[in-house]
Amino acid sequence: MRALNRKLFRDLFHMRGQAIAIAAVIACGIAVFIGAQSTLWSLKSARETYYERYRFSEVFSTLKRAPNAITDRIADIPGVAKVQDRIIKGVTLDVPGLLEPAVGKLISYPDRGEPVLNDIHLLMGRLPDPLRTGEVLAEEAFVSENGFQPGDKIEGVMNGRLQTLTIVGVGMSPEYVTTIQPGGMWPDDKRFGIFWMPRRQMEAAFEMEGAFNDIALSLLPGANEKEVIRRLDRILAPYGSLGAFARDLHISDRFVSDELKQLQIMSLIPPSIFLSVAAFLLNVALRRLLTLQREQIAALKAFGYSNREIGFHYAGLIGLIIAGGSIMGCILGSYMGRSMTSMYDEFYRFPTTLFRVDIRIMLVGVGLSFLSGMIGVFAAVRSAIRIPPAEAMRPEPPPNYEPSLIERLGWHKILSQVPRMILRELTRRPAKAAMTTLGIAFACAILIVGNFGKDAVMYMIDFQYGLQERQDATVTFYEAVPSRALSSLKHVEGVGTVEPFRSVPVRLRYGQFSRQTAIQGLGEQRDLFRLLDSEALEVPLPSEGLVLSAALAKILHIHTGDTVTIEVLEGERPTRKSSVVGLVDDFAGTAAYMDLRALNHLMREPPVVSGARITIESGRDDAVFRELKETPVVAGVTLQRVAVEGFMESFAENLLRMRMFNVTFACVIAVGVVYNSARVALSERGRELATLRVIGFTRGEVSSILLGELAFLTCCAIPVGFAIGYGLCLFISTALETELYRIPLVVNPSTFSFAAIVISLAALFSGLMVRRGVDHLDMVAVLKSRE
Amino acid sequence: MPVPDDAELVYEARDLTKVYHMGEVSVHALRGVDIQLYESELIVLLGHSGSGKSTLLNILGGLDVPSSGEVFYRSQKMSDFSESELTRYRREHVGFVFQFYNLIPSLTARENVALVTEIANDPMKPEDALALVDLEERMDHFPSQMSGGEQQRVAIARAIAKQPDVLLCDEPTGALDLETGIKVLEAIDNVNKELGTTTAVITHNSVISAMAHRVIRLHDGQIGSVEENDTVITAKELNW
Repeated sequence: MRALNRKLFRDLFHMRGQAIAIAAVIACGIAVFIGAQSTLWSLKSARETYYERYRFSEVFSTLKRAPNAITDRIADIPGVAKVQDRIIKGVTLDVPGLLEPAVGKLISYPDRGEPVLNDIHLLMGRLPDPLRTGEVLAEEAFVSENGFQPGDKIEGVMNGRLQTLTIVGVGMSPEYVTTIQPGGMWPDDKRFGIFWMPRRQMEAAFEMEGAFNDIALSLLPGANEKEVIRRLDRILAPYGSLGAFARDLHISDRFVSDELKQLQIMSLIPPSIFLSVAAFLLNVALRRLLTLQREQIAALKAFGYSNREIGFHYAGLIGLIIAGGSIMGCILGSYMGRSMTSMYDEFYRFPTTLFRVDIRIMLVGVGLSFLSGMIGVFAAVRSAIRIPPAEAMRPEPPPNYEPSLIERLGWHKILSQVPRMILRELTRRPAKAAMTTLGIAFACAILIVGNFGKDAVMYMIDFQYGLQERQDATVTFYEAVPSRALSSLKHVEGVGTVEPFRSVPVRLRYGQFSRQTAIQGLGEQRDLFRLLDSEALEVPLPSEGLVLSAALAKILHIHTGDTVTIEVLEGERPTRKSSVVGLVDDFAGTAAYMDLRALNHLMREPPVVSGARITIESGRDDAVFRELKETPVVAGVTLQRVAVEGFMESFAENLLRMRMFNVTFACVIAVGVVYNSARVALSERGRELATLRVIGFTRGEVSSILLGELAFLTCCAIPVGFAIGYGLCLFISTALETELYRIPLVVNPSTFSFAAIVISLAALFSGLMVRRGVDHLDMVAVLKSRE
Repeated sequence: MPVPDDAELVYEARDLTKVYHMGEVSVHALRGVDIQLYESELIVLLGHSGSGKSTLLNILGGLDVPSSGEVFYRSQKMSDFSESELTRYRREHVGFVFQFYNLIPSLTARENVALVTEIANDPMKPEDALALVDLEERMDHFPSQMSGGEQQRVAIARAIAKQPDVLLCDEPTGALDLETGIKVLEAIDNVNKELGTTTAVITHNSVISAMAHRVIRLHDGQIGSVEENDTVITAKELNW
């Protein structure tokens, strides 16, 4: 090995503590990048393969009932490739062991052959026999959540008749990568299931012979999607169409796409923080090394080594640190990616999720860290090797100290010598002090961002289920019923308050903008469902006009006072107009609200309701649910609070995992920054500190000069970190805003204090590691040798 | 070995000046110096600190450039050399010995010498160079494990290992005691005599001048006097 390379390795070994700390920061950056990006690509490719192989459709429409012959007209729409007509109906299920009724969605399966679109991936058992009554294929999530096996039977109310369903097989479909009940916020696989039943059985059970009520299309390449939707709507309008929509509004695809979007952002923000911090640390460490080796550089030049050779020598040193970090990062990133993918695998159901670390992702990650690292040290190396050798031979001129601002203001009289030294050191190199502060602040910010997700989700849940929706259960009817039917609900033993609502599917149109949603009519008594804005203040619901979710208003580009066109998507399908009288700044969905009587009036209908929110006396759940399950008019009963509890369990588990990653990462940064700064300070000021020891300062006093500076910077960094963290949360909540959710900007005080505590401990730990160096200062040697 | 009268001119400097600007102060390190160095000659540059001798040596060695005037190395005009030409010149022709040795602390004696032989055109083996300064036994020691005299001898071995045309020594004994100083001077003397390397030694110790062919005194950035020694004594015979 060449002598210069040997020097490189020995120098590296000498600064191993710092090198490891910096490499660890780089490793974290690369790990997050590789982990998140590989997960992203694994999920993307799993989704793509799944969609393609099982022919996931591109346009969807639900209608009341249309004759099968219509499908030929639909197939003739220019741009349409394939058409799959289906019957989709709801079923109320009595799941053994479950108090409340579960809701099922029955989808027709062709009697012969496989579906043209939205095929099923069979996991267990067989397809249902069209000639046998009650055989169904069940979706995997519901089956595994409830512990069913092929051969198990469930009682269900279909079209008002009790029927026994036999699960003969288990499968999954690209349409249900995640299953969210209409109107639900989270997947609740225990209480909501998908079932496929032979078409002729469905026709018989729901009196749908020769007809369909749902259609799915695939498009030819280059087809005009909007035009297809427009023509499809025109064909299906007479048949009670709820309006066609494209894949991007399909709830399952939407959920997955939003998640991927979030993952994309998360794969970029933390790595940029890590790599910037690493670049800064490399710069500080190398600048110190170059100062220490000033005369060595001069000697190398005197022997005839060129600037380029010396530059490469130091770049090589940095390169080795980055390479070490990269290797650790790639290993850690693969582990992280695997862990994240398996986490997503629980939420999203793909037939195969092959976790694969793409070598290109690794190369990009490693490339980025080399780039940022080299940018960080470029100027330092260049200025060091450019010093003429004769000048480098002379020791550096003594640093220029001057009285700090505080001293000039005359406040120094209150300061003793030690704080004065700290103060002068800080004011002498404010840029370095600022960068150190910023580095520690970023560690603090990472902790805040890491816990922000939890804070926001908990707030949303509290808001939704503690403040806004306070019912025990929501009962929905198959269709709108006269409001006097509510009295039978009130008479069910154990039911307390009953608050009716009317839900009307509509398409709201304002100018060129339109969106399909439902108007919810709310009664005068609104104790169980309160219309709240994001400040938790009650929004008044006037006796006329619409109150829109702010997200919906944004989509429609509409403001309070404007008049919106309402295309009703049921019954006679009238078109009406109404003015927007208020906006609700809520967190989920694109809802529209109206006074119940005003909505009935708008619909020119007698007082009818679609369902009711109810409270149940404690201990009476069982009886109430049993009775409701057997009430034919009841389509479903949802217990959102129970659903949320289930969601929270798996959420908490994943949260813990992510939190562990975040704390580790933040500690790595904090220790990296503080340890490095302390080491550099010790090296720079070893002489000065040894002198103090010689003239009689104790070890503690000397340490306090070195560590006092870092303690001061850490204290400054924490509030800065709070601000940066809050800013990042703001950015994330804006960037991750989707139609399904708006993330509230909520950071709990406990998140701030947790971050402050972790950072203080990390700083203390690194300070103590360096303090050992102070204890071992060799007074005689340091004073004798030439700086 | 006396220097023959027809010896080739190695360095010629004409009217050299060097001004350092340190903040608001201008330091005139050299004020019009003319000097010639001949092949195989050993000269001693004498002068008090601040007389400009190190500046002169640095300019001859291509570590620094003059503010005005001309320097020729074997009739090539050094003052016209670019940065990379200066690097090549140092790499191929010059060996340096410094007052504070400037060894690389992370490399052993042998490796410190190898650092130079690896980039030289026709070097000796590092082991041979170390043998010349009587350090065969200490080859695998790090600088921190050696005495000052030993370190300086490693520096000399490092300087001569490339078989340079000129050996420039800046206060090579400045940081050493008498006995080790003589050992170091012996090593320099040996190189000059055995390899015929043109050698310039800076010192403020006038006793050393007895081993030189010529003694040049600098005073306040100017040449004070040039003396030729009729009899040259060896380092061992020096007496102070």
